[in-house]
Amino acid sequence: MYAQMVDTGANKLRALEDMGPEERAFQERVDADVKIEPKDWMPEAYRKTLIRQISQHAHSEIVGMLPEGNWITRAPSLKRKAILMAKVQDEAGHGLYLYAAAETLGVSRDQLVADLHAGKAKYSSIFNYPTLTWADIGAIGWLVDGAAIMNQIPLCRCSFGPYSRAMIRVCKEESFHQRQGFDIMMTLCRGSAEQKAMAQDALNRWWWPSLMMFGPPDADSVHSAQSAQWKIKILSNDELRQRFVDQTVPQADYLGITMPDPELKWNAERGHYDFGPIDWDELYNVVKGNGPCNRDRLQTRVKAWEEGAWVREAALAYAEKRAARAQKAA
Amino acid sequence: MTEDRRVFDYLLRLADSDLVLAQRLGEWVGHGPVLEEDIALTNVGLDLLGQARLWFAYAGEVEARFAEAGRSEDALAFLRDSGEFRNLLLVEQPNGNYADTMARQFYFDVWHQLLLVKLAHSRDPRIAEIAVKAEKEVVYHAERSADWIIRLGDGTDESHARIQAAIDDLWMYTGEMFDPDEIDTPLAEEGIGCDLRALEPAWREAVGSVLDEATLTLPGGTWMQRGGKKGVHTEHLGHMLATMQWLPRTYRGAEW
Ligand SMILES: [Fe+2]
Ligand SMILES: [Fe+2]
Repeated sequence: MYAQMVDTGANKLRALEDMGPEERAFQERVDADVKIEPKDWMPEAYRKTLIRQISQHAHSEIVGMLPEGNWITRAPSLKRKAILMAKVQDEAGHGLYLYAAAETLGVSRDQLVADLHAGKAKYSSIFNYPTLTWADIGAIGWLVDGAAIMNQIPLCRCSFGPYSRAMIRVCKEESFHQRQGFDIMMTLCRGSAEQKAMAQDALNRWWWPSLMMFGPPDADSVHSAQSAQWKIKILSNDELRQRFVDQTVPQADYLGITMPDPELKWNAERGHYDFGPIDWDELYNVVKGNGPCNRDRLQTRVKAWEEGAWVREAALAYAEKRAARAQKAA
Repeated sequence: MTEDRRVFDYLLRLADSDLVLAQRLGEWVGHGPVLEEDIALTNVGLDLLGQARLWFAYAGEVEARFAEAGRSEDALAFLRDSGEFRNLLLVEQPNGNYADTMARQFYFDVWHQLLLVKLAHSRDPRIAEIAVKAEKEVVYHAERSADWIIRLGDGTDESHARIQAAIDDLWMYTGEMFDPDEIDTPLAEEGIGCDLRALEPAWREAVGSVLDEATLTLPGGTWMQRGGKKGVHTEHLGHMLATMQWLPRTYRGAEW
């Protein structure tokens, strides 16, 4: 979800008996829920897939700062401004933990960032949608952070130690974000007619993209089976999506706003909500770069990085000079 | 002017400088030169915003003593026009590049800390209490901005040139910090505010020694821009307020 469509490099699953001794020992540890640590032997494809998945997740945290940062200077009260600044700052922190987790697999943060800037690495499709009104800040917290939690709680149990530990830290903060987002929605829904309309409009625009965050339907997810075997994906896209719908619809009812889905309805037999078809063409296009904000988001990141180059160089040059002086003095 | 009115205006000066600088730092979020800096700048912004809210809350209470009612923090922040803002001109200057932001922060932080140390002994217990709390945060701000001045000054040729230019450009906005008026003076005499002139030697010494270590030159200009405390601002403040205040002004009376 923050990591969508992660390529595992595998086209079919291998049974234990087809594996060499090292891989077999690895898979048995995974099966027994023993965490894999960076120094342990691991299949190359596992390492590469994890780098892709964790870095995609990290990039999503960082790019995700932009649509919300867009409202810091316009937050409508000092309290909301403080909460939003702290939230966006938390996302930067999530990016940091996740880059650090990816670095344990033998890549550098600079390399990962360079891949993002070159358009080679993905980030979650959701952050390519614009934040047009203040209600979007509520909708993002409620729906996007909500979807993130749905996906990341199971990942706290994933097989790779550093990723699992990063997820545990991240999840605690994401649940705050979700509550704060819901609180914004609640305030709007209890406010004036204009405010309530603003909340409904935000839900209309964010609902389907939120469902797309969980990735393509299971039938089309070629890499999910391998990721499941490695326990770096615990629940399938469709399972997570269904859980998210089931959790969120009653919350919208409570707010008194409605999902933009005429087919949405409780199915007593299944014990779940049925919902209408998702426009997968839209998801594939947004992932490909055709979302409303893809170009802006990436350009903004690249600009910040390039304009910061002289600052990073100065900090490095100063650190080197200091080290040289200290050595001379010693 | 009654004492309460003076204190009210004085509190707005403190609150407004904090708020305006926090708003500027908020513009950096997501655009910093490196992730760690993004986080650190946001921390400073959050501290200042928190301090602004404490000053506003007290200002509202003081206002209630002479007006029909005291205004809330949001009414004070979002429903006053630029002529009623009392912040220093320095803090409303645009972010510019990272050197501009750091030079602005450095000049302000050194002064802010010296001021809060004095206000911690204010005869007004509320002022003293807020100052004590704020000063603990500002010590860290001042250390951090001094560090950056040194790194940029003694970093590369490019960074040296940029930070020297920023230090020079902003210099003319520093005089206002030490310039008491008919509100500062009586409050200082009563032991509620502080003697702004007395802060200047310590400020010059602290700034000078950091600039020295940074291999930078203390600007020599003597012409200073003034007006912030009287509500006569630079052109930049109006644009900032247009952005900041737009939503509550468009939907008057709404709760957020
Ligand atoms: Fe996050
Ligand atoms: Fe979050």
